[in-house]
Amino acid sequence: MAHRVAGAVLLWALACSGAHPAYGQARAAAPPSAKASAPIDLTGNWVSIVTEDWRYRMVTPAKGDYASVPLTLEGKRVADTWDPAKDEAAGEACRSYGAAGLMRIPGRLRISWQDENTLKVETDAGTQTRLFHFSGAEAPPATPPSWQGYSTAVWETIRTAPGMRPAGNAAATPAFGSLKVVTTAMRPGYLRKNGVPYSGNALLTEYWDVHKEGNGDQWLVVTSALRDPQYLQDPFLTSPNFLREPNGSKWDPTPCSANW
Amino acid sequence: MKRIGLFLLTAALALVTTPAVAQVDLAGNWVYRLHEDWKERSPGPDLGEFLGLPLNSEGRARALRYSANVLSMPERQCLFYPPTYVVVGPQSLRFWADTDPINGQVLAWNISAAVDRSPIKIWMDGRPRPSANALHSSGGFATGVWEGATLTALVTHFKEGYLRRNGVPSSDKATITMHITRHGDMLTITQVIDDPIYLARPHILSRTWQFDPGTNVSPVADPCIPAPEGLRDDGSVPSYMIGENPYVNEMAERYHIPEQAVMGGVETLYPEYRKTLKDKYVAPAMCARYCCGWTPGGALIARALKCNDVSSDVR
Repeated sequence: MAHRVAGAVLLWALACSGAHPAYGQARAAAPPSAKASAPIDLTGNWVSIVTEDWRYRMVTPAKGDYASVPLTLEGKRVADTWDPAKDEAAGEACRSYGAAGLMRIPGRLRISWQDENTLKVETDAGTQTRLFHFSGAEAPPATPPSWQGYSTAVWETIRTAPGMRPAGNAAATPAFGSLKVVTTAMRPGYLRKNGVPYSGNALLTEYWDVHKEGNGDQWLVVTSALRDPQYLQDPFLTSPNFLREPNGSKWDPTPCSANW
Repeated sequence: MKRIGLFLLTAALALVTTPAVAQVDLAGNWVYRLHEDWKERSPGPDLGEFLGLPLNSEGRARALRYSANVLSMPERQCLFYPPTYVVVGPQSLRFWADTDPINGQVLAWNISAAVDRSPIKIWMDGRPRPSANALHSSGGFATGVWEGATLTALVTHFKEGYLRRNGVPSSDKATITMHITRHGDMLTITQVIDDPIYLARPHILSRTWQFDPGTNVSPVADPCIPAPEGLRDDGSVPSYMIGENPYVNEMAERYHIPEQAVMGGVETLYPEYRKTLKDKYVAPAMCARYCCGWTPGGALIARALKCNDVSSDVR
């Protein structure tokens, strides 16, 4: 009798879990696009809220002010050669708007899907565009260096240990997650307006997280680690914050500037 | 036969009791990196420097009345370390969990103390929040929930103190929503600080730590013990009268930042505020103070880097 009861409970439990049939179906079907499987909604309009490093971001700091950046001696030497007039004349005014420095430039972001597997991030400051490719492939070998480089992206959600059943309903889109972005093939640029450098060998890893507050605010926090064997002793870690805006009415495209 | 039944029952319970949300392991030692707000967090902000703060007029007025001589008052010596100091100060952190010895459930996550800041215990067991009139402690009362891979905690019931070490006030009505997210060997803590008394809107700060199992971070720290430091014998509270703070022009003199920006305020945090600065700001010719300011290991001045500092005064 106890055997029968336990068996019935097991059947009930399998029915309650509801995960196995859906899990099997999901494996058989084609994987959903990055857009369809997005665990968080990054699209829309965001504005920098500059509560951190105000003096380094809202104005151009003095030459030679590299406080808080773990520069190598070579990095310091290059920073000491900063000449904004020379950059401007050479058509290099966008050096501080490259991917490694762009998110800390005060401005607005406009995020949208370019296609099912490419997320587009536009900035009004410097009128730059970053493209995040979810294809899984690294930068093609012949990719020419650019200010925004080549970015690969992947959604990060809670993982389940091999052989274990995922929690909840596996068929449902997870409600939480992060966007991980890895960027290479960047042109040498500046971490700060005053010429604190990063090199063409730099590798930028970012995690994009959205936090929703009780008062309705939505914050986008971009945790970044910049690794540069040429100019940095250690990874440079920053996490600028953006507040979601209801629309793009304050979008204000401005060109790159080497000295402001 | 009974064993088979027991096995089936156990298997069934295992299926239906899988946690609804997964938890990320935050446990371990996390080393600070002062790559943001180095001066504010390490040597300390200048007096009268309120850059990047959404102060309201009350908060600004009280901050301007601050005199560092309040440290001579024992009852005010431990006010500098509310739970906001996790992201305001320079400190490595240790996280550990309190678990139920019977079922292994996490009852609370703990954030170690540092310097004079009290440890923070984030209750995960769904206990109710105490009355608004309940005792306020230096560490406050915190409850947390998992939102995917992020532990979100609400911290309330902490004592009045300072939001910045130069006298920017934090009231006992302030609350903190803390988002703790681990990405591999990086831990980002975002604090959204809401203070209806002194802030015009919630203030956000986010910092990143690196995992380092080789670093020894004590779960407790020396308690803040007040001590006589030259008491005034007239019983007065050291402060400046309104309009008499002699340090309000320091940022303008040192860094050429217009005084209006130095005083903070919501409008100064938005990108469009740069337009009001463009015609008023001329960068100093060369950095003259705290120019290197960071090195692996946390020393104040980078080894082997010859910087341009002509002044290293810390006030």
